[in-house]
Amino acid sequence: MLNKDLVIIGGGPAGLCAAKTAAEAGLSSIIIERSPKLGGQLVKQTHMFFGSEKQYAKTRGYNIAKILIDDVNRYHDKIEILTDTTVVGLYKDKVITILHQDEYRKIQAKAIIVATGASEKVLAFENNDLPGIYGAGAVQTLMNVYGVLPGHDVVMVGSGNIGLIVSYQLLQAGVNVKAVIEAAPTIGGYKVHASKLKRLGVPIYTQHTITKAFGKDCVEKILVTKLDQNWNPIEGSSFEMDVDGVCISVGLTPMGNLLAMIDAQMKYISELGGMVPIINHEHETSIENIFVCGDISGIEEASSAIVEGYYTGLVVANRLGYHHPNYMLLKEDYESQLNNLRSGPFGEKIRLGLAKMAEELNHVK
Amino acid sequence: MRIKDHPILHFEEKKIIQFYYNNQLVEGQEGDTIASALHALGVKKLSESIHLHRPRGFYCAIGNCASCNMIVDGIPNVRTCITPLQEGMKVETQTNKGDLYVK
Repeated sequence: MLNKDLVIIGGGPAGLCAAKTAAEAGLSSIIIERSPKLGGQLVKQTHMFFGSEKQYAKTRGYNIAKILIDDVNRYHDKIEILTDTTVVGLYKDKVITILHQDEYRKIQAKAIIVATGASEKVLAFENNDLPGIYGAGAVQTLMNVYGVLPGHDVVMVGSGNIGLIVSYQLLQAGVNVKAVIEAAPTIGGYKVHASKLKRLGVPIYTQHTITKAFGKDCVEKILVTKLDQNWNPIEGSSFEMDVDGVCISVGLTPMGNLLAMIDAQMKYISELGGMVPIINHEHETSIENIFVCGDISGIEEASSAIVEGYYTGLVVANRLGYHHPNYMLLKEDYESQLNNLRSGPFGEKIRLGLAKMAEELNHVK
Repeated sequence: MRIKDHPILHFEEKKIIQFYYNNQLVEGQEGDTIASALHALGVKKLSESIHLHRPRGFYCAIGNCASCNMIVDGIPNVRTCITPLQEGMKVETQTNKGDLYVK
């Protein structure tokens, strides 16, 4: 059994940033990442980020990933990295079982940060399991990381920011985006992204949904149906669309599966994206010295995951007796950055979710 | 189908990797996962559902959903979307739950 002070599960923006501030405070850690590469979902983001300079605004996502990975590599004496490694077991006494190249190993940690992120939701419709129907993020990975096209004629289901951005990236890669379909009466994402698509001639059908897919070994055709005010399909309104790819972009849900193994207290909070661990202001779960940061405790932008990572790494180091000389100053700075990111109309949902979380925490006490 | 021209990204020519797909010798590239190499070859069906044997392709491409599980070098349930492609690999469509692998 290996002994480690801090084990960080997940090498995306949250995990990388947590490792960095922990190292700055003097705490060593090991990052466990199931993919061959670090960077999480930033590696496939070719668009420039919003926000402030502290969260690398105006930088393309994959370049932010490079910056964060370089930061971690600078602390190679303090941060160990295990890629191609999946955590298959998590225990209350902070033992972790990992699977690396067909070999199982155990690690005993003093503290654990679970930064496993989120997974893409699916949508229920007939034949939704046909090959060629993917999560929008999956298509982004295929195109922007591996340089492979998902198809010739693709339809996007969902007009949130991911749906709009990936539609634009499909066009950049040379794919014909036949339409964006949105069940709600209004477009979900930023107007600036939607306008770009409209200028390029991509129709956005609001109050429409996909009701069926057709095809043998791959999707060949879909049925699109108009919805009424109560989101019910309007009879006789359906029309067909020939496509060889469908991207589903109907949101993300936090990936807290590992926390279920240790019986951490969870709660369904729809504003945060689904089942989330109940955490306190230090990002600690109901199990002592097991912490979380990033999308696992609520779906937000990568910018928030970055700041939550910095914050959690600092706090965990402090807990284990590694006090950063500027602890209070940094902590307050990260808190105010998070507040800024969550301000304004687009932050309303997350503010509501976090208020529910705070309420839940009181019940637990 | 691989992307040739892109306004932001540059995809260089990479070393060819030969592997077997259902006993047929095919080619992928260095840096590919098994799933991306197959997709570039136009193979979208990777497995079959266990009971009704409906075709399955990948859904998430990042190792979450298990929709891309295939038999690789005799080992079933390999997540092909995050498994790097290697020279000489034997990749097969998985049509059942998979049996325990004995070396």
